[in-house]
Amino acid sequence: MAIWFTRSRSIAYYLKRKMSFMGILNQHSCTNPYFESICSSSSSSSRITDAENSSISCHSSAFPFSVHRFESTKAAGQLDQLYSSDDESSQSLDFPGGKVAYISEMRFISESNQKRIPCYRLLNDNGELINGSDFHQVTEELAVKMYSKMVTLQQMDTIFYEAQRQGRISFYLTSVGEEAANIASAAALGADDVVLPQYREPGVLLWRGFTLEEFANQCFGNKADYGKGRQMPIHYGSKKLNYFTVSSPIATQLPQAVGAAYSLKMDKKDACAVTYIGDGGTSEGDFHAALNFAAVMEAPVIFICRNNGWAISTHISEQFRSDGVVVKGQAYGIQSIRVDGNDALAVYRTIRAAREIAISEQKPILVEALTYRVGHHSTSDDSTKYRPVDEIEYWKMARNPVNRFRKWVERNGWWSDKEESELRSSIRKQLLQAIQAAEKTQKPELGNLFSDVYDHPPLNLQEQEKQLRETINRHSQDFPSDVPM
Amino acid sequence: MASCLRRYGRRLSVSICEKRELSTACEGQIILQQHQQLQQTAKSMNLCSAINQALHLALETDPRSYVFGEDVSFGGVFRCTTGLTERFGKNRVFNTPLCEQGIVGFGIGLAAMGNRAIAEIQFADYIYPAFDQIVNEAAKFRYRSGNQYDCGGLTIRAPYGAVGHGGHYHSQSPEAFFCHVPGIKVVIPRSPLQAKGLLLSCIRDPNPVVFFEPKWLYRLAVEEVPEHDYMLPLSEAEVIREGSDITLVGWGAQLSVMEQACTDAEKDGISCELIDLKTLIPWDRETVEASVRKTGRLLISHEAPVTGGFGAEISASIVERCFLRLEAPIARVCGLDTPFPLVFEPFYMPTKNKILDAIKSTVNY
Ligand SMILES: Cc1ncc(C[n+]2csc(CCOP(=O)(O)OP(=O)(O)O)c2C)c(N)n1
Ligand SMILES: [Mg+2]
Repeated sequence: MAIWFTRSRSIAYYLKRKMSFMGILNQHSCTNPYFESICSSSSSSSRITDAENSSISCHSSAFPFSVHRFESTKAAGQLDQLYSSDDESSQSLDFPGGKVAYISEMRFISESNQKRIPCYRLLNDNGELINGSDFHQVTEELAVKMYSKMVTLQQMDTIFYEAQRQGRISFYLTSVGEEAANIASAAALGADDVVLPQYREPGVLLWRGFTLEEFANQCFGNKADYGKGRQMPIHYGSKKLNYFTVSSPIATQLPQAVGAAYSLKMDKKDACAVTYIGDGGTSEGDFHAALNFAAVMEAPVIFICRNNGWAISTHISEQFRSDGVVVKGQAYGIQSIRVDGNDALAVYRTIRAAREIAISEQKPILVEALTYRVGHHSTSDDSTKYRPVDEIEYWKMARNPVNRFRKWVERNGWWSDKEESELRSSIRKQLLQAIQAAEKTQKPELGNLFSDVYDHPPLNLQEQEKQLRETINRHSQDFPSDVPM
Repeated sequence: MASCLRRYGRRLSVSICEKRELSTACEGQIILQQHQQLQQTAKSMNLCSAINQALHLALETDPRSYVFGEDVSFGGVFRCTTGLTERFGKNRVFNTPLCEQGIVGFGIGLAAMGNRAIAEIQFADYIYPAFDQIVNEAAKFRYRSGNQYDCGGLTIRAPYGAVGHGGHYHSQSPEAFFCHVPGIKVVIPRSPLQAKGLLLSCIRDPNPVVFFEPKWLYRLAVEEVPEHDYMLPLSEAEVIREGSDITLVGWGAQLSVMEQACTDAEKDGISCELIDLKTLIPWDRETVEASVRKTGRLLISHEAPVTGGFGAEISASIVERCFLRLEAPIARVCGLDTPFPLVFEPFYMPTKNKILDAIKSTVNY
């Protein structure tokens, strides 16, 4: 390896650098609140205990991200200067991948920027456009459609959740609180973009035209369910709508999305892959594999992280100690952005821009949408056991993404109370009908137990099917009568 | 509606079986004889509470023991770790990030430094990201270092098996994958009393252990469990029902189904011997062999797909050792060779009547 020094510069240069360096170093070492709050066990223990006691002291701001850690002193830009090697005069190491500047002061990179990465928004909590924002007008038609789908998603959650409570379906999981992140991101995509969901993104499928009947059929696992009754409720999928079938194991879809994106790239398609992940999912190895692959393969893929503060009972402070998820992009060489996930306009504009970059520049983008899981994790969970009710209330009321968007749409004169109540009651009716019909529809025929394991059932499966049918003949009382033979 | 009834039906049958207290009666007596003075302190509890009690004891008796995994702090999604953080503090009982390879890798390191690392994987279906850490690392830690290092203090707990509505990813029985790995032990309890004693043995065993908990029984199986600290031996199978015509071998939740088949077979004059293997590797071949030498017939039953299941290993070993004594082919009544299906679960399962049919055809071979 060629290592060379540019000797031409004077000592004065080094002194100059050294001085500014020391300045920052001093400041850093005495005023880094992040380091103290994270590494002193006493403060971190009180934080965790608080969460368990459901005490609201730690979350009293009802904001699940510990802001205080990042407040502070010097702009990160100053650090960047120190590390930049643009000064031709500096000594540098010619290392594979490019020259690296030398410095003679030992210096650890800070574990975080002094300031948290800001969050892009267009609408304030009251649904008013922020002054001086870079808002681009959306049409009335699009805005009303987005709002209507957000309402539909809300209604769907209410009624399916009820159906689970009544024992009509075995399981359900709502997207309450994340309607904007769902619908607005979907609205910004093209129909040819390939979606690989986690599981809390049914709004994307709804936007693409999956009908309420289709949702109901999957949840009831009847013969009209494309998944043929094999998976638990909410594991939707639609080849027609370019929506890969939901799989419960967390984060597995992420590297797959990179593969899908690479295919689009090779086929020179005017489309990208889009994959969703929760804050919890970013801890899985697959998340890191996917980001790295995406960067190296220059794959047109958008990673949308719904950072909703919680992964079941695990608070994000127990999930990662970085400034959320957005900062992880840079480490992998990926352009990234943080957006207010409860601001439908901002999400829409962000994903539009992300898609433009992903496709025109053929590279990945990481989007962190800050939002909140207002509902329990699922129908198997009671989240009041581990988080303060005030926190839930705050996000449900003050930061409600649907209300916020409605206010903006209304302010434009595009929506009225009358339209609101008509929409809600008509969707409610459609949903109740869809559920009733899905419940009455027959279960898939027994042969579906054995088909699709492979393209053709091998001998062992053929034998097992034959044996099973004989068993059913002998002991029909052991088997559900609603599965046609 | 129908599916609800179905679920209820299964629950009913399991609880009827629990009432018979087959497992309890046998094992409970032995234990209680050994600990006469403690007899009064036995308490009726479910499998979840028994696990919880074992974890309390493990943490109490060894200050170098730790419990961790996804969502364990608030009690875990099945409530098995309830009260542990409050009692032992968040340094010893804590949530981890959502990363199974991290959980097991962390556990190996912790164990290698002389601690008892009790790791929870939220569902056995989600153990696969940790497969490399278990198979290539935990299992070979001692061997590859010439016994300089070991991670024997590692115990991995994971709920496994059917639960009536779990579909592909909340129902699997992945034990056979781990039975193919020299260097780890695989243990599966059948009841609360067994769960407590076996889990304590696993935690204190000087080898890494994967402990699969039958999640269907967490609340359904209730029996008298001694309150004190006790351990049940690993690699010792137990004859939980004596018989002369055929030997049945199983483990975990499947035993209660097999027990019902044995009872029904008895009505037809067939005397079944039922063995709980408890430890799958290294397994107690002698007990199974002795039983088959007596009965001349063997049936193995497990929920996992039949092909490549641990039943295959038992079957091959017994044919090797008892070939001339066998009076019929060894029968396997197991899960089908399909992914675990939601709506078709009742068809997939090795039901009582499937077992009963196999008992009859084996005896009448
Ligand atoms: C590999 C794997 N481990 C564990 C689980 C169990 N599990 C299901 S959802 C979940 C939390 C996910 O949280 P997050 O990614 O933040 O998504 P959110 O539910 O908040 O939308 C966990 C641990 C799983 N499904 N897959
Ligand atoms: Mg989350």
